[in-house]
Amino acid sequence: MDFISRGFRGRPREQAPAGRLPPGQYMVRDFPVLSAGPTPHTPLSRWTFSITGEIDEPRQWTWEQFRALPTETITKDIHCVTKWSKFDTVWEGVSVDTLLDGVDTTAEYVLAFSDGGYTTNIPLQDLTEGKAWVAFAFGGEPLEPEHGGPARLLVPHLYFWKSAKWVRGLRLMSENSPGFWETYGYHDYGDPWREQRYSGD
Amino acid sequence: MARAAVQRRLTWRRGRVTRRVDETPRVRTLVLALEEDWPGHLAGQHVDVRLTAEDGYQAQRSYSIASAPEDVGQLAITVERIGDGEVSPYLVDELTEGDQLEFRGPIGGYFVWDETPGGPLLLVAGGSGICPLMAMIRHRAARGSRVPTRLLYSSRSLEDVIYREEVDLLAARSDGLEVFHTLTRDRPAGWTGYARRIDLEMLTEVGWRPDEGPLGFVCGPTPLVEAVAEALVQLGWSPDRVKTERFGPTGG
Repeated sequence: MDFISRGFRGRPREQAPAGRLPPGQYMVRDFPVLSAGPTPHTPLSRWTFSITGEIDEPRQWTWEQFRALPTETITKDIHCVTKWSKFDTVWEGVSVDTLLDGVDTTAEYVLAFSDGGYTTNIPLQDLTEGKAWVAFAFGGEPLEPEHGGPARLLVPHLYFWKSAKWVRGLRLMSENSPGFWETYGYHDYGDPWREQRYSGD
Repeated sequence: MARAAVQRRLTWRRGRVTRRVDETPRVRTLVLALEEDWPGHLAGQHVDVRLTAEDGYQAQRSYSIASAPEDVGQLAITVERIGDGEVSPYLVDELTEGDQLEFRGPIGGYFVWDETPGGPLLLVAGGSGICPLMAMIRHRAARGSRVPTRLLYSSRSLEDVIYREEVDLLAARSDGLEVFHTLTRDRPAGWTGYARRIDLEMLTEVGWRPDEGPLGFVCGPTPLVEAVAEALVQLGWSPDRVKTERFGPTGG
């Protein structure tokens, strides 16, 4: 740390509880919105969720079938690559373990795909064993379209662009393939605690 | 979307502030000197800025590059002072000519314009959302491009309009750039421009018809971006021709 910004003091430090704010992040209380294009509005009657790719029998749920699956309430801190972090966000969703239950696959990577063409890649092992959900409620309310409703992926241990809004399915892949932001120079994995914002970080 | 990934490491750089420009009472532009190894940027990309306090505490924020890629050797960011912000008051009020600023970039490759995507351009800005669009307007002017371009720019009042003189001067060149202002809060006496938030009717009047194959860039606070993007899709624009970037006052 050989560089000092002359005259910069920053906010009082007690604002962020120790050990909860990854490097380079700051805490927010509201919920900023970031997306690359118009917010899609797929009617629930036409909404499906699919598991495709390296799987013997692809799976698909309608909204009713999806909502009949067992759900979990999840309380997690989330971290956006644009530097904000939000603590103790409360979600309701279906665990990816539930969606992949009984699936036999040799795939090691997943490409999550969304309405509007958005994609993001994640190692399969980062979506299983209680690490990821398809969330349909936030703060006890149905997930608003601008925050990714009717359903978004929730992978809270990675930067939040990995938690694909408007998610419609997971493609199981044996080879890694970059998604939307990963193609534009964002980090392939995106661990906030290692500050993996951009490729090469 | 099939653009090759740029796999170089973005290292932190130091730039000396060579100039400050007062844009509005709350907005100031900082011009930084660039070293020769700066890789150049595309109009619409941003940089991350990092501030370090004496006790080692650091804060980072992203700012759009407002200068044109052709403006070699320097880089301009335009910063709006957010009242309870941590970084923006420092950048606007404290940092001065001769000071160093740490930054890295350029970052982002989607919300960019480099004359190749084609189609007439619609640029829609709210407040400081003008910054990445200004880089596009300046790039267009520097290239001598005649791509028909319309800027629809929403500000609270005339004194809050960032880059007003420069935009008006560029529009006066009659090379295909047209500028439309809307003032949502205060209007000077005799104001004949728009005087409300951007809506479907305004976009119908100012925007291109979908069959003209337009490309849209929308940048501003989330409610404006949501409303404009939604209205353009409603008017028949293809969603993949509407590129958005949102600025929140969050944290500043």
